[in-house]
Amino acid sequence: MYTAADLRKGLKIAIDNEPYIITAFDFAKPGKGQALYRTKLKNMITGSTLDRTYRSGETFEPANLEDRKMQYLYKEDDHYCFMDNDTFEQIHINEAAMGDAKNYLIDNLAVDVLIFREKAIGVDVPNFVNLRVVQTDPWVKGDTSGSDSKPATLETGYVLRVPPFIEEGELITIDTRTGEYSTRVKG
Amino acid sequence: MPGNWPLSKRRKALVERGAIFNRVRSFFQEKGYLEVETPFRIPAPAPEAHIDAVASAGWFLQTSPELCMKRMLAAGYQRIFQICRCWRDGERGVRHLSEFTMLEWYRAGADYRHLMEETEALVQAAAALPRIGYRGLTIDLALPWERVTVAEAFRLYAGTSVSEALGAGSFDQIMVEQIEPRLGLTRPTFIYDYPPCCAALARLKKDDPTVAERFELYIGGLEIANAFSELTDPAEQRIRFEAAAAERASSGKAPYPVAEKFLAALGAMPDSAGIALGLDRLVMVLLDAESIDEVVAFTTEEL
Repeated sequence: MYTAADLRKGLKIAIDNEPYIITAFDFAKPGKGQALYRTKLKNMITGSTLDRTYRSGETFEPANLEDRKMQYLYKEDDHYCFMDNDTFEQIHINEAAMGDAKNYLIDNLAVDVLIFREKAIGVDVPNFVNLRVVQTDPWVKGDTSGSDSKPATLETGYVLRVPPFIEEGELITIDTRTGEYSTRVKG
Repeated sequence: MPGNWPLSKRRKALVERGAIFNRVRSFFQEKGYLEVETPFRIPAPAPEAHIDAVASAGWFLQTSPELCMKRMLAAGYQRIFQICRCWRDGERGVRHLSEFTMLEWYRAGADYRHLMEETEALVQAAAALPRIGYRGLTIDLALPWERVTVAEAFRLYAGTSVSEALGAGSFDQIMVEQIEPRLGLTRPTFIYDYPPCCAALARLKKDDPTVAERFELYIGGLEIANAFSELTDPAEQRIRFEAAAAERASSGKAPYPVAEKFLAALGAMPDSAGIALGLDRLVMVLLDAESIDEVVAFTTEEL
C-alpha cells in the first residue's frame, strides 16, 4: 500500500481495479495549509487520462501487474517486439503503450514487461541505461563557465541536454526515471 | 570540469544566490537589524496542523526559528533577523525541499502593514533590478504592489466566500488551484487578512476580529513569505496551541511537548511583527528557475 507521500511520476497505482501510471506530479502546499498531491494519471489499458488531487492520509493500492523479464528485439511499424529468454516466447507492444521507455530501447536491453490480465500493457526499463551519443556539437575550447549544456541525440533518437564536454561517439548513462543525463561512461 | 555535472552546472545560480544573500544582509544591517543565530535543534516546535517536524535524537529540527526569536524579542532585542536552515518532513516538489533556507525577521513596535513596506524594500534591494522576468512573465517591482484581502481573492478568483470554502473543507485546494496562480503576475501581490483558523500565532485585527493580521507575499504565482502581527497574549496562545495539537492528534500525528519557555516569555514580548521568507524561493524568482533544485548546491536526493 502507498501513502500520498509515495506519489511520484512513474508510480503505478490501482484505481477501480485498473492500472494507472502517474505521468505528471506536483506537490503543493499553500502557506500553512495542508499538502495537496496533484497528479495526472494515465490508464495503462485504455490510455485515457485524468487529473486527480490527493491529500495527506490517503492511501493507494499498487497496480496489480505481473512483471516478466524479457529482452528487447526490434521495432516493426508501430510495434515493439520482446522475447522471454526462458521460453523464447515473443510478444508485441504498441508504441502508444510504451511511454518514455521507447527512448531507451537498444537491442537486447533487459526489461520488465508489465502484464495485466494476461495482456502486455507496458514496459519498465532499468533505472539507468547506457546509450551512445550519435550527434552533438563540439565543445568550444576555452569555455570553462561550467554553466552551459547542449543538446545531444542518442542512438535511440532521444534528444536530451548534456554537459558541453560530451563528444559524439561517447557512451553516457541516462537516469530513465527523469530522462536526464547522469554521467559519462569511462573508457 | 567533469565530475559532478548537476553541481558544476549550477555555478552561475550559486554565485548569484550568494550575491542576493549579501544584498539581503546589507539591507538589514543598514536598517539597524542584528543578525542572530538560534539553535536548529529544539525540544518543542510550535504545533501546526499541517507542518511536521523531523525528529532528532529525542528533540526536533526546527520548522522555523520563530519561537526562539520571539523569546529574544521578549528579552528586549528590538530588531533581529536570521538566515537559517529549517526542516519540514515530507515536503518535496519543484517548489519544496524538506531542508530549506529561511529568512526571518522580527521588529518590535511594528505591525503587518509596516512589514509589507519593509518587504517591498527588501525584495527591491535583493533583486537590484526594476523588473524581473519569471516563467515568461515580466514582473514590475516598482511600487505600488498589489494588495488584496483573502476575502476579495476568494470572491474575485473563485466566486465563493471564505466561510463557504472553510465549511466545505476546500479552502486550501481553492487557494492552490484558483487563487495562487493569479497572484503576483504583473507586480508582486500581498494577500492579507486570513481567517483566524489559518493564523495560529497572529493577532486578530482590532477593528474586525473575524480576521487575523497575517499576509503572504506572492510573486509570479509563487508563495514567497508569510507574516503576522504577532499574538502577544500567552493565555490565548496556549489555547491556540492546544487547538493545533488536538488537530494534529486527530489526524494521527505524534504530539510535541508544549513550548513552555516560549509561552512564559510571551507575556513580556512587546507588540511586534514578524515574517518568514523562503530565500530559495526568492532566488528562484530572481533567477527565473523552474525548480528549487536549480538554486541549491545539493538536493536531498543528491546526497
